[in-house]
Amino acid sequence: MNKPIRRLSFVVALLFSALLISTTWIQFVTAKDLDNRPGNRRTLLESYSRERGAILVNGTPIAKSVPVKDDLKYVRVYPSGKLYSQVTGYYSFTYGAGGGLEGAEDSLLSGKSDKLFYRRVLDMVTGKVPSGASLELTVNPEAQQAADSALGRQRGAVVALDPRTGAILAMVSHPQYDPTTLSGHNLDSVAKAWTKLNAAPGRPAVNRAIAGDLYPPGSTFKLVTAAAALSSGKFTEQSLIPGAASLDLPQSNKPLPTDDRQPCGPGDKTTLTHALEISCNTAFGWLGMHLGADALRAQAAKFGFGDALRVPMRVTASQVPAQLNAAQSAQAAIGQYDVRVTPLQMAMVSAGIANKGIVMSPYLVKDTRNSDLDIIDQSKPEQLSQAISPDVAAALTRMMVNVVQSGTGTPAQIPGIQVAGKTGTAQHIEDGPPHAWFTAFAPADDPKIAVAVVIENGGDAGNEATGGKVAAPIARQVIEAVLNP
Amino acid sequence: MSMVTSFRPRTRRNVELVLLLLAITIVLVAYLNVGLAIGGQFPPDLILYGFGLLVLSVGFHLVLRWRASYADPLMLPIATLLNGLGLVMIHRLDLAYDRTGSRLLAPKQLIWSTLAVLLAAGVIIVLRDHRQLRRFTFTAMALGLGMLLLPLVPGLGRNINGSRIWIGIGPLSFQPGEVAKILLVIFFAGYLVQTRDALSLVGSRFLGIGLPRAKDLGPILLAWLASVGVLVFEKDLGSSLMFFGVFVAMLYVATERRSWIAIGMLLFCAGSYIAYLSFGHVQTRVLLWLHPFSEEAIATSDQLVRGLMGMAKGGLLGSGLGRGHPEITYFPESDFIFPSFGEEIGLIGLFALLMLYVLLVERGLRTALGVRDGFGKLLAVGLSFSMALQCFVVVGGVTRVIPLTGLTMPFLSYGGSSLLANWSLVALLLRISDQARRPLPDAEELATASEAHTQVVRIQ
Repeated sequence: MNKPIRRLSFVVALLFSALLISTTWIQFVTAKDLDNRPGNRRTLLESYSRERGAILVNGTPIAKSVPVKDDLKYVRVYPSGKLYSQVTGYYSFTYGAGGGLEGAEDSLLSGKSDKLFYRRVLDMVTGKVPSGASLELTVNPEAQQAADSALGRQRGAVVALDPRTGAILAMVSHPQYDPTTLSGHNLDSVAKAWTKLNAAPGRPAVNRAIAGDLYPPGSTFKLVTAAAALSSGKFTEQSLIPGAASLDLPQSNKPLPTDDRQPCGPGDKTTLTHALEISCNTAFGWLGMHLGADALRAQAAKFGFGDALRVPMRVTASQVPAQLNAAQSAQAAIGQYDVRVTPLQMAMVSAGIANKGIVMSPYLVKDTRNSDLDIIDQSKPEQLSQAISPDVAAALTRMMVNVVQSGTGTPAQIPGIQVAGKTGTAQHIEDGPPHAWFTAFAPADDPKIAVAVVIENGGDAGNEATGGKVAAPIARQVIEAVLNP
Repeated sequence: MSMVTSFRPRTRRNVELVLLLLAITIVLVAYLNVGLAIGGQFPPDLILYGFGLLVLSVGFHLVLRWRASYADPLMLPIATLLNGLGLVMIHRLDLAYDRTGSRLLAPKQLIWSTLAVLLAAGVIIVLRDHRQLRRFTFTAMALGLGMLLLPLVPGLGRNINGSRIWIGIGPLSFQPGEVAKILLVIFFAGYLVQTRDALSLVGSRFLGIGLPRAKDLGPILLAWLASVGVLVFEKDLGSSLMFFGVFVAMLYVATERRSWIAIGMLLFCAGSYIAYLSFGHVQTRVLLWLHPFSEEAIATSDQLVRGLMGMAKGGLLGSGLGRGHPEITYFPESDFIFPSFGEEIGLIGLFALLMLYVLLVERGLRTALGVRDGFGKLLAVGLSFSMALQCFVVVGGVTRVIPLTGLTMPFLSYGGSSLLANWSLVALLLRISDQARRPLPDAEELATASEAHTQVVRIQ
């Protein structure tokens, strides 16, 4: 009977081999498909039970996961409340990760990113519970706080950049919301908070600094027009150009007036410097027609218009419309007629002028860190474009300093620091309050910060608002927070 | 028939003791692991459990030294390890479900384990020679068939998880199939050792295979009818496959005729196919097996799917004991304990578990090779192969090799009847292996004459 017994032990081996194969098939070969099947509760629980990386500003978390005693193990909290709501975004069991870095860098924060592969293998070997990477931001907390306080209850946005690197020093959009209300584990109250957030007036979930509705830039766009003029070689800062009280536009019966209906200089002529100082519409309108729409558009593109940037959140591309006739070119040159920008874009224009013509790519994440806060990836500043020559940049800087010293931008003056800036007052609805703009950089001789401010519909000042009156003081406070902490 | 001669084999009881201590250490480390992973602290009852486990298994080891000193040294450590790991997983699931008081399963399993080990020790002590069982061939048949059919008795049988293989008396429930398994193997062995000469006669030849005579087909047809009956009335493909498979395997070993295997497989396939065509519940089982993710199947049961997802989440290395979510699957401590382990100790851990079963089964078959009498051979083959088939049916069911059934994993799964039966099964195998490895009275001389190593078995 021994021969069949030996054969039978072979059959046993076959049976168990089938089991080894079937378990391998499930746990190794097709494991990923099974994990990703909809309705896999384990996958859902896993993504919540893993300690998500923190988002840090100067080492202090503005978003972190703290352990809780329920199924989901960790709850996301935002210690700074509303201050960073558009930067961090939200992380919700029901509504997912979105609204800011939580969404844009989800794979890093959750630890699923391929960049963390080596780390994951190491964790697996050492038996450590895998955790996500933390992000250290470029944000200067004083600048963020100053921008937030200065904006107050007004709707609008502030963006500040380090012109030398493109690092984002402040990004505030008002109104804000508290992302902690969305990250709780009481799903009823989360659902209520979500409904409230989406129904709230002023749409707090929108990050106006980079991805809201685009704004007409008003007179701040004259910087681009001036840059195009100087770069063309046909003009210098002292060139005399026509600057009458009103400019007749071809194919239009509505002439373009100056703001105060007065000529910009003696004999209806003005220098380029003076035109910028008093924000002379007719002079820049004339320049727009003279240079042509293509030159304006090309100059704008060099400052980053048309680029869909990621900081790493997606930035809506700013635009100069295609197909402009002469009259439209004149209006575009002063920032009207369908020229549309983000506040970040206007900060980049200032930053480019400040940085000798070189525009740096804006970025928000300084470095990526593992759970022990060791740096695993560091952002390197990258050049986006050479927008203008250093000479043109120097000329524009002098012109912008003049604006703050003796022109429309005097409220931005800071004792002991030379500020270069440009105001804007964008009339976007007939007889309604304008958007107030200010963009600036400082110190003018050694720029460390470039900033752009927009206040929607005149803010607290209403119809009386101008860029100088409403936006410039806010820019000044942000600059002061960085330079005189 | 072959002749076996052993040369002064060593008892290997010390090896057994060392392996036993290793097995207990593994179990305690696993228990500690669960305590640390879930509670974050040293489980205070670890020492108590460790001591209890030590007393129980070393006690059984001492019984072996006393009454079966030549028994196989691997079986006890393997059974202890599997039983202990099962306890750890059940305890871990108690924690996951926040069970308290009388709803805790691990203490019950612990009591059943104690009773099962005591019963096994009793078997070793009382049963001095396995050949005594031959006297009970037909008693075993009557009892075995009775047990098998018991769940069909109205008022007594219970439908649990779609299968009617349970009986319930008051709060107690019992899977009589587990006990029937042993009784029927005893019956098959006793019956086949008597009739093997007749059954191995060749009638006609077909395709070079000698077919048995038509009048000898009676027993296999009866066994087949019984297994189809189990499939149809108890709705359990697993039990059906196990009983019929064991019978065919033993028939093959007894007669050395491969034609029995061919006939058996044909009959089983035909029976299953007819059952599939005729009965809705069999069709449902097949649908759940072939298309578990289809909407139709999910609407019926997502148990298999949840188990599969648990195993997939475990991946190669597993989440670690206490760190997965086996509680998401239904019956994670009984029918689905294998996926529960897969999730937490990974593919590597499952391979280790399966290897323990392979080792246990192959030691049983090795015993069958070594034992001298035909009844013992058939008994050891039947007991070992039934365990192999049961593992195949259970693991194959949860890993989609065959349709899912309601059987439990020997030693690992929660359940008193399963533990009592499987510990008795191992006790029987240990008893037979003691006979197989015990030197013959006249072996002394031979041993000194040749330079043979220990445990060499010459087969002629």
